[in-house]
Amino acid sequence: MKIAVIIKQTPDTETVVKINDAGNDIVGTGVKYVMSPYCEFAVEEALRTKEKLGGEVVVVSLGPDRVLETIRTALAMGCDRAIHLKDPAYEGGDGQATAKALAAALKTVSPDIVFAGKQAIDGDQSQVAVRVAELAGLAQATIVTALEIAADGKTAKATRRSEGGGEVVELKLPALISCEKGLNEPRYASLPGIMKAKKKEVKELKPAELGLEGQVGAAGAKAKRVKLLPLAERKAGRRIEAETPEAAAAELVRLLREEAKVL
Amino acid sequence: MDFFDNFLDDTHRALRDTCRRFAEKEIAPHAEEWEEACSFPRALYRKAAEAGVLGIGFPEELGGGGGGALHAVMACEGMMYGRSTGVVVGLGSLGIGLPAIIQSENPDLHERFARPVLAGEKIASLAITEPGTGSDVAGLTTRAVRDGDHYVVNGSKLFITSGVRADVLTTLVRTGEDVHGGLTFLVIEKDMPGVRVSRALKKTGWWASDTAELSFEDVRVPIANRCGEEGSGFVTLMRNFQTERLGLAAYGSATAEIAFEEARRYVKERRAFGKPISAFQVTRHKLADMATRVLAAKTLTYQIAHRMDQGDYIPTEVSMAKNVAAETAVSVTYDAVQLFGGMGYMRETWVERLSRDARLIPIGGGTQEIMKEIIAKSMGL
Repeated sequence: MKIAVIIKQTPDTETVVKINDAGNDIVGTGVKYVMSPYCEFAVEEALRTKEKLGGEVVVVSLGPDRVLETIRTALAMGCDRAIHLKDPAYEGGDGQATAKALAAALKTVSPDIVFAGKQAIDGDQSQVAVRVAELAGLAQATIVTALEIAADGKTAKATRRSEGGGEVVELKLPALISCEKGLNEPRYASLPGIMKAKKKEVKELKPAELGLEGQVGAAGAKAKRVKLLPLAERKAGRRIEAETPEAAAAELVRLLREEAKVL
Repeated sequence: MDFFDNFLDDTHRALRDTCRRFAEKEIAPHAEEWEEACSFPRALYRKAAEAGVLGIGFPEELGGGGGGALHAVMACEGMMYGRSTGVVVGLGSLGIGLPAIIQSENPDLHERFARPVLAGEKIASLAITEPGTGSDVAGLTTRAVRDGDHYVVNGSKLFITSGVRADVLTTLVRTGEDVHGGLTFLVIEKDMPGVRVSRALKKTGWWASDTAELSFEDVRVPIANRCGEEGSGFVTLMRNFQTERLGLAAYGSATAEIAFEEARRYVKERRAFGKPISAFQVTRHKLADMATRVLAAKTLTYQIAHRMDQGDYIPTEVSMAKNVAAETAVSVTYDAVQLFGGMGYMRETWVERLSRDARLIPIGGGTQEIMKEIIAKSMGL
């Protein structure tokens, strides 16, 4: 079985990010980058699929030099080889431009199944996986919490999470699965895995090699981020002074209703 | 701490990340509870083995994690983020319990003991110290007397890390009269008749790791459980002290680094006389000193580990690294507690725990004074 997994490198959730002077991006220096957590579920599911049905797992990621470290993490977890879309021309794209590049790279793999995170935790747009499936002509199930692939590798049954409930869908392969928390418990990259990852193939592909010159990155984007809005600064807490617990509770309820407006 | 760590390659950094992630997820949320309980679940050994963080520095063929001395230092650094030194040393007791078994090159011992320990199924301990014998191991009195294809062991061992729960006790015993040549390692199994945990000891720090006093009364140990030739114990012990002392240097510098990081964070939050205490020169200079000492200890630890990975036998330099890291751990945790003030004396703060944990570094694996003797001897004094 040909298995592909799309991953994105994002700032660590615990990193405090700063907005640049232009106001349209974060300051990259001093930021710790990691694999976006939902992509970890995707890598784990890809590896489990390989362990069950055989085949190989190809990692695909787009981004600058630093992304190689995250690609190596996926290889250390057990993926077999990688494609790194690395070129200044890929930078500054929107969901569509990025998906176009990833879909073209996937074409060189012709996967039976593609795994991706349901969203990246930086932009939170939830667009790329969906667009890749469309552009590559794949069936898709998004926000998947459970997956069963038929032994013959022709169909799959996916459980999707939806607001307050869920649904089960059947798909014909080739298909794309976007992964949600709960699907699995991602493994750690062991030292033997880390050692082996050093020797695994990471192939770089330029836009021209995908026949996409002038169509990816900023040149291919239809939407452009113009401004980043900072998080509201946390205000200091307030202490409720009251004679009795009952009075304090009543005052708390009043504040939650009238000032915080959460009740 | 960000600094020029030119001894590290990508595999070192990636391993430290893996260990830190494991520790933050599997240990940190339970650290308070396990420290107060002076124990942690046995199942964590297997979990750590499955994640590949248990047997760093041990051969992959036996189920270890592979890698060398510097990888082991990285694993220690990462695991310390579980906020419990006790858990890390408890999980890590195989680091001293297994080498004599591995070096025996005896496939039977490998299969019966090394493999299950590296899989997290059994717990290993090293038993050297006795009630009357510490650093001067030549005075060891636990006796093993040959009786057919068995040894009959009598004696007792003290301060044995993980000894309360250990299944596999790699024990140094006296098999002959020669001061050094009469020492031999035997693997004593906890369930052998006559093996008894006389006491679980209460300690200043390292609470989550158990520490035992053990007694052996006419314990019949098959000759098959002997590591190497009879009389080879002292040489094996001396060789393995390098690894143990490097490990303690790693604990020391990691302890100091975390205490420094905690203090740096706290002084920006804590306000006095209308400003953060980081604005006072006395605080700034204290932190500058702490950072400098941490960098010195870490750099020396890394350098020594790097040289050991090149195959150098450097007991003098290892002793120096251990002493620098020990002094740094004690002084930096002391300063961190001081900066935290009253909060630093409360059990809920990490620096309080670290300051207690640090106190063992100048004592364990050979005291500060013994290290100095080793260093002095190498000068031809």
